[in-house]
Amino acid sequence: MLTDLHKQLLNDFQRDFPLVERPYLEIANRLGVSEDEVLSALAELRDNRLISRVGPVIPPNQIGASMLVAMAVPEPELQRIADIVSRFPEVNHNYEREHRFNLWFVAVASTTDHLARVLDSIERETGYLTQRLPLVNDFFIDLGFRLDLSHA
Amino acid sequence: MLDTRDFELLAAIQLGLPISPRPYHDIGLALGMAETEVIARLTVLKRIGLIKRLGVIVKHRQLGYRANAMIVWNIPDAFVKEIGSRISQASFVTLCYQRPRTPEWPYNLYCMIHGKNRDTVLKQLEQLGTDCNLDRFDRQILFSRRCFKQRGAVYRTPEPAAPAELAHG
Repeated sequence: MLTDLHKQLLNDFQRDFPLVERPYLEIANRLGVSEDEVLSALAELRDNRLISRVGPVIPPNQIGASMLVAMAVPEPELQRIADIVSRFPEVNHNYEREHRFNLWFVAVASTTDHLARVLDSIERETGYLTQRLPLVNDFFIDLGFRLDLSHA
Repeated sequence: MLDTRDFELLAAIQLGLPISPRPYHDIGLALGMAETEVIARLTVLKRIGLIKRLGVIVKHRQLGYRANAMIVWNIPDAFVKEIGSRISQASFVTLCYQRPRTPEWPYNLYCMIHGKNRDTVLKQLEQLGTDCNLDRFDRQILFSRRCFKQRGAVYRTPEPAAPAELAHG
């Protein structure tokens, strides 16, 4: 069960994390609890994998190159092909989606050349073509995500 | 201007700030950087947009948001910026990107909606269609099914090969 403190931390501190010497103390003061309580609650959220981290969101293509890639793979082959793709350290998100193009992943590398070589290798090793869909424009202003935690 | 120290700092914090009383001090220790310098550099990185936001990064799926749809449209290039900006303002949209079309994939605008279930997401999408006048454009809805791999991107900064983590592609 989530406490009120957990819920406040989940919803109200997705952005503007304090850039001061004692940021958790500042959050504690705002919420009227102790610094220790904030530190423990955040550690609990992290250990229970409800948050991935307290940290930055960095827009794609600011450091190095990233690419969204789609592949159309026959269903019986999908797990095997997905495993090959996942083995590449440059691949992070790798998802099945409901479509003829059913395998979607994001690959990142320090240079566009390296990225292209990785995708060429993936095509060679899997025998399927990749649709390479680099970012052209990012319209999204990321203010965090409003969670409905009323039943959590 | 940015220097290699900024990239080292980004690399050092991408897996997350320490959950300890003085996280910037602890990060600085590892980098040989004073706490005040860590804070000053992060403040600049945020202002120039290299850090889009700094805070608690939630895991939607674990918090009950199990339906995730990627919706793609084919929008005439002349309108794509205006429409993309409007879509990105909907509270339930969690990403909105323009990407190039390919011969096999003739869509150029992508958005992501995270919802508690499929019905909610479809209703939100219907509302988005009305609000942004999208129903005239060819579109595909791709709900996610299995997750084969998910982790922050491991980045290697151009010069020193320090691993870091990045958000979405």
